[in-house]
Amino acid sequence: MGTQETYPIDVGAIREDFPILDRMVGGDIETPGEGEGDTQPLVYLDNAATSHTPEPVVDSIADYYRGYNSNVHRGIHHLSQEASVAYEAAHDRVAEFIGASGREEVVFTKNTTEAMNLVAYAWGLAELGPGDTVVLTEMEHHASLVTWQQIAKRTGADIEFIRVDDEGRLDMDHAAALIDDSTEMVSVVHVSNVLGTITPAAELAEMAHAHDAYIFVDGAQSAPTRPVDVEAIDADFFAFSGHKMLGPTGIGVLYGKEHLLEAMDPYLYGGEMIRSVTYEDSTWEDLPWKFEAGTPVIAQGIALHAAIDYLDDIGMQNVRAHEDHLAEYAYNRLAGFDDVEVYGPPGDERGGLVAFNLAGVHAHDLSSILNDHGVAIRAGDHCTQPLHDKLGVPASTRASFYIYNTREEIDALVDAVDDARQLFA
Amino acid sequence: MGMGSDMYRQQILDHYKNPRNKGKMSDPDFSHSGENPSCGDTITVNVSLEDDGETIEYVSFTGDGCAISQASASMLSERLPGTTLPELEAMDTDDITEMLGVDISPMRIKCAVLARQVTQDGAAMHQGEAIDRTTTEG
Repeated sequence: MGTQETYPIDVGAIREDFPILDRMVGGDIETPGEGEGDTQPLVYLDNAATSHTPEPVVDSIADYYRGYNSNVHRGIHHLSQEASVAYEAAHDRVAEFIGASGREEVVFTKNTTEAMNLVAYAWGLAELGPGDTVVLTEMEHHASLVTWQQIAKRTGADIEFIRVDDEGRLDMDHAAALIDDSTEMVSVVHVSNVLGTITPAAELAEMAHAHDAYIFVDGAQSAPTRPVDVEAIDADFFAFSGHKMLGPTGIGVLYGKEHLLEAMDPYLYGGEMIRSVTYEDSTWEDLPWKFEAGTPVIAQGIALHAAIDYLDDIGMQNVRAHEDHLAEYAYNRLAGFDDVEVYGPPGDERGGLVAFNLAGVHAHDLSSILNDHGVAIRAGDHCTQPLHDKLGVPASTRASFYIYNTREEIDALVDAVDDARQLFA
Repeated sequence: MGMGSDMYRQQILDHYKNPRNKGKMSDPDFSHSGENPSCGDTITVNVSLEDDGETIEYVSFTGDGCAISQASASMLSERLPGTTLPELEAMDTDDITEMLGVDISPMRIKCAVLARQVTQDGAAMHQGEAIDRTTTEG
């Protein structure tokens, strides 16, 4: 890919909406925000951990708190009605964004992890038992792996893992062998947060449904980076987090097919989720509110709406094209070095992230040295310890890209890696 | 350059590339192992004591991990001989950063103090304390 090639999206214009990208780093960390000692321009390549927040999204939060902050669904007063309308509209907007049929299928949670726990507790504890299996992949995030592990322990169900081959692809023959009539749930990561592998979710859904099992798709890395249509996938459940797609922290989304959510008992109890309460018993509010106990994530939901508007203005096909472009560029540059091992499938069939190791330099040392160059990446096991055990490394260094990243930033990463190489030579 | 670059001054890199006292010990008075799960750093420290049973005579270590953890173990193995067990017990994080001669960023402190903690825990167990800790605490 030539460096003269233009981007699929107007990166220059997008960057103007993200003032944080212009800040310097490297000095005192005790005082948040840019300070005197910060002298290195920031190169932010940690988007799979969290993305930045554009001005319109920050404005939506400020507008809410300045203009119509109020609790929802419990006041007849004007502000409460404004907040309720906006909060409910956010559910509709999310439904539209992922191809769900309506707000009944969109539950706001704290994050992807909580969405996963919601299904594992509300569905798993009730439905799983000895002889049942839950099928995961070897590249599951701890959010899925640890949650199902614990539910399996409590219910006596078994967990099985679909193999990932040496090139980081899911072994679909193994999937076909594992998914059988004992399978109750197939829970798979849509885009691996380490390997960048894109899981054939629709194919897995078909396998699951052929055996009357359900499928939960972890969309934490897919919803932000590519068009998602839960009905085209035929996902029974789908989850993602707002903060990885230009939204604020503190909001996640659980999509569930309406008849499944309808049949499930609540996960959290309290106010907001009830219809009527006596001293003896209670009945539940309609979907999705049945699963949103207590004062919900009002500001975050409204901000997620703004984030989705921002992404849809760019177009998710274009977001994906930009991600693909940068992933391929980064993969090709890094994999070109003999002493760099890049994990996962080739550059033209992966999500917008690249995890790697530099021979002879521990990932945490590399991360510290990259930080000296202002390059923000993530080092560690990325909440996938078993996958790293399988790869035979304690940790890896991961660069992950988003709509505002450039090839020059990837060049800065490669230069900084070279500095570490020289330092440790 | 920020504080991170200071972490990789020549002394640290020298100890990482050419670790002192690295290897097993045939008849140590005590040995102890520990790990820093976040980095995957592992350290085993072997200590022999002088005849008084209280003064450290010789320290060796084996291990694997990041430069900060391994350099810290190497430097500690040079530093400890002549130190008494109560003096070892009194060592804190500041003593380690002083020994390393660099500012350690907060996220890397566990790497820096691993060898010290493993040695302290080993000494405490040698003196009869019940400690089953094998990981670093911040």
